[in-house]
Amino acid sequence: MTNLGRRRLIDRLMRRLAALAAGLVVLPLVVIFGFLLYQGGTAVNLDFFTQLPKPVGEPGGGMVNAIVGSLVLLGLAGLLGLPAGILAGLYLAESRDRRLTWLVRFLADVLNGVPSIVIGIFAYTVVVLPMRGFSALAGGIALAIIMIPVVLRTTEEMVRLVPASLREAALALGIPEWKVILRVVVPTARAGMVTGAMVAIARIAGETAPLLFTAFGNRFWHQGLDEPIAALPLQIFAYAIAPYDDWHRQAWAGALVLIALVFLVSLVARFATRRPGGA
Amino acid sequence: MERLAPAGAGAAPSRLLPGAASASARSAVSGDRLFRALLRAVGLGFVLVMLAMIAALAIAAWPAIRQFGWGFVVESNWDPVQESFGALPFIYGTLLSSILALLIAVPLGLGAAIYLAELAPAWIRPPVGFLIELLAAVPSVVYGLWGIFVLAPLLRSWVQPFLGATLGWLPLFQGPPYGVGMLAAGIILAIMVVPFIATVSRDVLLAVPSQQREAALALGATGWETTRVAVLRYGRSGLIGAILLGLGRALGETMAVTMVIGNRPEIAASLFAPGYTMASVIANEFTEATSDLYLAALIEVALLLLVITVVVNALARLLVWSVGGPVKTVRE
Amino acid sequence: MADGIRVLSLSAWFGSQRVLRNVFVNIAPNEVTAIIGPSGCGKSTFIRCLNRMHEVVPGARADGRVLLNGEDVYAPGTDPVTIRRRIGMVFQKPNPFPTMSVFDNVAAGLRLAGVRNRAALHEAVERALGQAALWDEVKDSLGKSGASLSGGQQQRLCIARALAVGPEVLLMDEPSSALDPIATAKIEELILELKKDLMVVIVTHNMQQAARVADATGFFLLGELVEFARTREIFTSPRDKRTEDYITGRFG
Repeated sequence: MTNLGRRRLIDRLMRRLAALAAGLVVLPLVVIFGFLLYQGGTAVNLDFFTQLPKPVGEPGGGMVNAIVGSLVLLGLAGLLGLPAGILAGLYLAESRDRRLTWLVRFLADVLNGVPSIVIGIFAYTVVVLPMRGFSALAGGIALAIIMIPVVLRTTEEMVRLVPASLREAALALGIPEWKVILRVVVPTARAGMVTGAMVAIARIAGETAPLLFTAFGNRFWHQGLDEPIAALPLQIFAYAIAPYDDWHRQAWAGALVLIALVFLVSLVARFATRRPGGA
Repeated sequence: MERLAPAGAGAAPSRLLPGAASASARSAVSGDRLFRALLRAVGLGFVLVMLAMIAALAIAAWPAIRQFGWGFVVESNWDPVQESFGALPFIYGTLLSSILALLIAVPLGLGAAIYLAELAPAWIRPPVGFLIELLAAVPSVVYGLWGIFVLAPLLRSWVQPFLGATLGWLPLFQGPPYGVGMLAAGIILAIMVVPFIATVSRDVLLAVPSQQREAALALGATGWETTRVAVLRYGRSGLIGAILLGLGRALGETMAVTMVIGNRPEIAASLFAPGYTMASVIANEFTEATSDLYLAALIEVALLLLVITVVVNALARLLVWSVGGPVKTVRE
Repeated sequence: MADGIRVLSLSAWFGSQRVLRNVFVNIAPNEVTAIIGPSGCGKSTFIRCLNRMHEVVPGARADGRVLLNGEDVYAPGTDPVTIRRRIGMVFQKPNPFPTMSVFDNVAAGLRLAGVRNRAALHEAVERALGQAALWDEVKDSLGKSGASLSGGQQQRLCIARALAVGPEVLLMDEPSSALDPIATAKIEELILELKKDLMVVIVTHNMQQAARVADATGFFLLGELVEFARTREIFTSPRDKRTEDYITGRFG
């Protein structure tokens, strides 16, 4: 049957095309990573991790203030965003109010798609304007808003995976429901929730746009949470668009350090828990 | 889910045991009530944050909204000195760069998703899937850096001269090859959204029940025919949702685009020409905006961007949920 | 040419677990053959091996020979796609394509095979729906979604879909386990009609169903074909003690 021959041919062709598409999707990762290692690898040195940026035109220096600044911002965002996201996730998993949970879940997914620069503007209007100045706090709040929906959805998913039998066994012992949730359900889901937190941190670690007019950046050490603060992605951006070769080299170095941080956190997130069903 | 509480247990809800509530039962019940109230407050607070975001931007943008009205979205002059603001070049740039990105990213993303969910040998799926997820985790600014120093020079010295020589009769491919410009923005955006389209689509395809595949296979369908007849048709709305999610990402993407699009508020037909997007103009000009009206105009751009992306994402979510249901959805 | 299905030394695995052991059996043409046994005995795996659907599951494989009218289904170079066109299959849960109309569901197999002629499609669809005793119920709503039918109708739609391509054999994997008694009775009537045109192999966990519809019956236990005989013999005078225990309800 020649018809069948044609169908087999199409089948083989489509398999090849799909494989080609997958290859082309992965290719940029290989290319970008190659450039990062090549360009950044030659620029990373001890100074990069220990020195402040040098004044314009002077070679050398490092980004220690930006690295520390990024960690401060991540810490702030985690402090604000993790409890809120986890509580809201628990709410979604435990509440019986179908309509409100649907709305919250829906809004969380919509918020997840709101451009981070818009969230930066929001933080500007509600934090920077009233405080009359750019600050680490404003940056932390912007990042926290971005991480909440991610934490929320993973928490919900993980809490839902806790078997109902476990919960009912505890309830049958006469333990109040809120204690059951905090002492039985949450610990059981903890590994998964840590994963969610890690995924969220990986997501915000590289965010630049929302920091432009909240944390603002700083060429020196920050003087408190109510002052502008440097951040690694901001520094990479500033150096990349500046016309100095030495800064370009440092931008590559910064990008390599940033991506190492992001991948490390992502890997921890992936292997911290073995999820049922893979994903 | 109705939970059973054994009679006489301290946790029994008071409505079941009206008179029998001991002191400890009462404190347990109020603890439960307090806990539920707290959770509910967080849930409601979340809804409020969303509303607050729209309200805050609308209030801050109000001077510009009042001053320019609808002219803001149809005028194409953006002149901070004269304080006359029309955002059309940015809207045009945002739409064009996003459409360009989707033209490249949709076939690749869907192809990769089909490969990973349906056609690839089982051992290949986890590592390739993991690589694509890693690609989604690369920060925007890193893409931008790569775009400036690798992609733009490549376009300038190879791709654009070639396109100009072969397809130069089309207005799309005319003009001097700068490297940076609309084409560079479209390509970098495509690279950035393709992992989202691929992973969300893959998860949509995996949510298609296996009975559908078996039905097609048992009819004597080949692997690709099974995918086409049983899987793609079943998951159609979810796949459209995945594409819209990618569109949402592309519309709001800021740093990488700002770094490669050229940042010139002009409406040009050529893809070689520099352009500007809504997100980029905010990123570039916000901290330099000296007058209140200028600032309000930029915030109005942000408000527009917010409304557009909320609509696109809302639609996308509803479509994706229509296949797999809301609870087991996708991680980004 | 019609000498039925001869199975020679068929074994099947899921990963390293062997779920079928060395099955030998001859299934006669123009008959209904029932496969019974407790759950997990390999009866579904057995019929899924006949049209090479077993190997669709990741990690699953089969070994042995299955001769369909003399031709080895597992011969090297044989395309499972051609085999499955000759051996249709109906599943436990009705699985019509929900995005297709009733008509398109039945026409799906023919369209895949490249039939484009409208008149030919119409004729085939009407004949298949008639064979599946569904034509009278759906002839005025051929454009409706396949998913809008009742469960029993959906299952008969799936039977029509399998019949439309003109298979030599119809495999049915517990086709009425998800249906109510009335829909089940209809399916059973239908099976008795169908055997005039083709061979039917039906897996069932319901011994009465096997007794009602089947000419021959095979009893599987732990991946082994314990006994294969005329249905009446199996139910009245089984030769194997294990068959007798199962028939009389002493286990399973």
